[in-house]
Amino acid sequence: MTRFSWFNATALTLGFAFLYMPMIILVIYSFNASKLVTVWAGFSTQWYGELLRNEEFLSAAWVTLKVAVMSSTIATVLGTMAAYVLVRAGRFSGRTLFSGMIYAPLVMPEVITGLSLLLLFIGIGLDRGVLTIVLAHTTFSMCYVSVVVSSRLVSFDKSLEEAALDLGCSPFEAFRLVTLPIIAPAVISGWLLAFTLSLDDLVIASFTTGPSATTLPIKIFSAVRLGVSPEINALSTIMIGIVTVGVITASLITKQAAVRQAREERMAERPA
Amino acid sequence: MRRFVLIAVPYLWLVALFLIPFVIVLKIALSDVALARPPYLPQLDITGGWDSIRTFFSELDFENFWFLTTDDLYWKAYLSSLQIALFSTTLTLLVGYPIAYGMARAAPEWRPTLLMLVILPFWTSFLIRVYAWMGILSNEGLLNQFLLWLGVINEPLTILNTNAAVYIGIVYTYLPFMILPIYSALERMDDSLLEAAEDLGCSRLSAFWLVTIPLSKNGIIAGCFLVFIPVIGEFVIPSLLGGSGTLMIGKVLWEEFFSNRDWPVASAVAVILLLILVIPIILFQRNEQKQREAEG
Repeated sequence: MTRFSWFNATALTLGFAFLYMPMIILVIYSFNASKLVTVWAGFSTQWYGELLRNEEFLSAAWVTLKVAVMSSTIATVLGTMAAYVLVRAGRFSGRTLFSGMIYAPLVMPEVITGLSLLLLFIGIGLDRGVLTIVLAHTTFSMCYVSVVVSSRLVSFDKSLEEAALDLGCSPFEAFRLVTLPIIAPAVISGWLLAFTLSLDDLVIASFTTGPSATTLPIKIFSAVRLGVSPEINALSTIMIGIVTVGVITASLITKQAAVRQAREERMAERPA
Repeated sequence: MRRFVLIAVPYLWLVALFLIPFVIVLKIALSDVALARPPYLPQLDITGGWDSIRTFFSELDFENFWFLTTDDLYWKAYLSSLQIALFSTTLTLLVGYPIAYGMARAAPEWRPTLLMLVILPFWTSFLIRVYAWMGILSNEGLLNQFLLWLGVINEPLTILNTNAAVYIGIVYTYLPFMILPIYSALERMDDSLLEAAEDLGCSRLSAFWLVTIPLSKNGIIAGCFLVFIPVIGEFVIPSLLGGSGTLMIGKVLWEEFFSNRDWPVASAVAVILLLILVIPIILFQRNEQKQREAEG
């Protein structure tokens, strides 16, 4: 319906101003020449330069990236398997526990997840560092992946898989040649979700890390606890920029894919 | 065989890294703090045979849970977390509903863009979005400069490091979780129902109360739970925007563990927090299930 009134227009304008103003202000002030972050003293890119010379930030960024790539990749494999089990494997003993363990981490406070994993790592005597953060991130993000992938699996026609099996595919071939291409968009968005969750996580990483591995969120948190700093503004701007470009590109690609698919379906329906 | 492997791999992973850690938390919550490494007693020593396992279990007790009831810091922190979560969920609903409503009423070709604009902040770092408010809310921050310039106030307001800043931070970071379910409920609504209500003599406002609100009820409930549940255990927002007067249980647990190094008490705090969360989580899942059944 088109009851677009002045009320709706005001609600949207104010709402989106509220959502975007803080980040826009942050970006603007990252180019501030003054060390005082609330006083504007002219345009400058000096904080970006200082950021790039700051070894600690660079190595933290590298650790974060490594952890995110490893954990999101393992989480995607495990999460897709878990989704397949939830949707396709039928009944097996312990299924209720399994689905409970998939959904519980989604609502679990991070402090509890972090604490419990740390106590496990100490209990089994595992040295804390990159490995333990990867294990921790994989565990909670595989649950997000499996929710995303299973919602796609539920909606897709099981008879396609059965047809492949009837035509002589092995179950694995049927999965690789039929199921995987169809659920691929969900698997990719699951990976992206796991990747950003890992990049973003402060609490679980703080619990499970050791002195050898400091991630970017841990570094940022300890820096901003003392107050606002122009270097962090510059760092935030870079991160906001990467995310914005990434999300817009991804949405353009999915839009194009949807258009192409619609065109192909129309072609298929047309009588020869 | 292949099916067995497919089930076993994710299953064992979750048992090892999700279920067993909880058992450990429970066990340490029942232990006593000690000057040792790791800093609690008793330690389970399986090599000692049945006797040592029996003495291990006899040494576990509920002392830490009693401690939580005697020191009023803890129950005050639980109550204040619940109160902050309740109040900020209400605020988020009041801010989010008009936005979701405006989006659902916008021209259809605009909706995907608006939707993307709501989701975009969700992909940006949570930490950075909270941090962005530190510069705005501080005494010499932009909000105070703006209000002074307008002449609304004569001296800067103290907002940062108070509960008000915590509320702003929560509403800001959790707003997409509120908007999305309400929007999807409103978008599905059949507009002829509103027209029918108006034809039958309803004013616009009463048609909104009697038709739109009830039809978006499931979206409202889902949005409220999606905000309320994670806010209770929130750590980043109270520690960056809140002050010494801001009591939230996530922060207490963090400090108990990292500053006081009292692992048994931290574990007991975690166990109680989980018990508190079980109730809203079950209610939330019932609502989701009802909605699924209603849809098909």
